[in-house]
Amino acid sequence: MNVLYFAWVRERIGLPRETVDTMARTVAELVDELRAREDRYAVAFSDLSALRVAVDQTLTDFDASLEGVREVAFFPPMTGG
Amino acid sequence: MRVSVQEAPFDLGEETARFAAGRADMGALVTFTGVVRDLPGDPLKVMEIEHYPGMTEAALEDIADQACHRFTLGDVLVIHRFGALKPGEMIMMVATAAPHRKNAFEGAEFLMDYLKSRAPFWKREITAQGAEWVASKAEDEAALDRW
Repeated sequence: MNVLYFAWVRERIGLPRETVDTMARTVAELVDELRAREDRYAVAFSDLSALRVAVDQTLTDFDASLEGVREVAFFPPMTGG
Repeated sequence: MRVSVQEAPFDLGEETARFAAGRADMGALVTFTGVVRDLPGDPLKVMEIEHYPGMTEAALEDIADQACHRFTLGDVLVIHRFGALKPGEMIMMVATAAPHRKNAFEGAEFLMDYLKSRAPFWKREITAQGAEWVASKAEDEAALDRW
């Protein structure tokens, strides 16, 4: 699965994207797996209320299913316009 | 309907003239333009705009499509830039066309409210003090409630 990071999430993790082998069934489970990896992930995912998630390029919630999903992206609230 | 996500500047006059051309059935055309604003007290060197290629275009098309249906607009144009922009540069524009002005104005406001917090762009301000990500505002999220 491709996992993408944007804005300060990208800076804290130190990567724009990576391929992750995961058995996670939901976004929340994926977050738990990433948090357990290294401190930089734990720091980036310390407050989920400050984060948004998109699954296959559609905005969704942290309890969304990952079944059949190819791409998950984590980022702060958007500041367009 | 046209959506463009681009690094290059756009010509507001040219885009508006092209959008307005040949629309005898549309009595109202509204445009809004967003400009990089300098910061009082801590002059802005550059505003960097990051985006999510692929999702950005899809999100803008979805928002434009919703505006078209909801306000029965004859046409919609959305241009949003990314990359490094200087104070005074135009960041983005929307244009709406409708038979009457109420729908054209409301359609443009709806587009702007959704672009602010539902299109995957992130702004970073670079000043002499350093670089800082622009935080989203609670009022921008609250603005969606009226729709």
